[in-house]
Amino acid sequence: MAAEQTASPEIRPEAGGKPDAAVVRDALGVGVAVGLSGFAFGVTSAGSGLGLLQTCALSLLVFTGASQFALVGALAAGGNPFTAAAGAFFLGTRNAFYGLRLSQLLALPRALRPLAAQWVIDETTAVTLAQPTRRAARIGFTVTGLTLYVLCNLTTLAGALGAQALGDTDAWGLDAASPAVFLALLAPMLKTSTERITASLAVVLVLAMLPVLPAGAPVLVAALAAPVVLFLKGRSTPGETGADAGARTHDATAPGPSEGIGNSPKGQAR
Amino acid sequence: MNVWIAIAATAVGCYLVKLLGLLVPAGALERPLVKRLAALLPVALLAALTAQQTFSTGHQVLLDARAAGLAAAAVALVLRAPFLVIVGAAVLVTAGVRALGG
Repeated sequence: MAAEQTASPEIRPEAGGKPDAAVVRDALGVGVAVGLSGFAFGVTSAGSGLGLLQTCALSLLVFTGASQFALVGALAAGGNPFTAAAGAFFLGTRNAFYGLRLSQLLALPRALRPLAAQWVIDETTAVTLAQPTRRAARIGFTVTGLTLYVLCNLTTLAGALGAQALGDTDAWGLDAASPAVFLALLAPMLKTSTERITASLAVVLVLAMLPVLPAGAPVLVAALAAPVVLFLKGRSTPGETGADAGARTHDATAPGPSEGIGNSPKGQAR
Repeated sequence: MNVWIAIAATAVGCYLVKLLGLLVPAGALERPLVKRLAALLPVALLAALTAQQTFSTGHQVLLDARAAGLAAAAVALVLRAPFLVIVGAAVLVTAGVRALGG
């Protein structure tokens, strides 16, 4: 909201600028579609044994879906709180790179940045990057962020209450919701062989470590697949890495359609 | 109590990395290696989490109804179904296979 208010004085719609209403419509489309996924989180979290207050606190305070699912899964598996939090944290680090792109696009006043930060996630980034002007970017960011934040938290509450009413959520197959969410986020990221090898190695590592390591630790060990693959790739093709890395830096910061948490941003942002 | 500690640690950590991106000057994180690692880390984590939550219970690696559910989600993904349909397919098929005694 605030971003939008401060935006108006100094920004004129540029030539070829998009009408505000069109930006709002795109942002609402993504916000509503993805906001509903809070329901899946509420059900999963309550089904994993977290309380209503704990489930809602996660959506209110963490507000980055993959990390929330990861934390709940790790806690349900009996991991210690810091191992569980570490996995969720590492998943959240990608938001720092979204923030880098957004801070250039939105040019937010310093005082607003701590407020805007909570909304720096996959979907807001996807919508904001798709806008042609700064004014459109600011409106897109604010409307997507606000819609998502409000809806996600309401649907989380509804999901948690629903899970309590259902009783045994596993009987309803709801324990499959969380891995399906991860798969839906992962699939669009598997662009080149580097990503596919990393994903395969991570799967092998986690399944091999599960029987032997304490809960929560196997996922952290599997995360090592990323630096290992980068290291091996750097050694095998020393000439290629520079150019390749340069070409791919774009991918690193632009959210894939993953953010798709619903294919929606790409599809509806036009 | 442990759950609250985990929630607090995750909330603080995730908020700070979000804020970091908005506050640091552009260029600070622009090293190619840092960016490539940042892009690849979620791939490893998401793949590991998918495998763990599909093929294990506690310390046991096993194949059960969830594998069928995940296969259904994969099919929905290939068909470019919306996010909620992908998750719904996994839930329905898992519940169905369990109901049939799988």
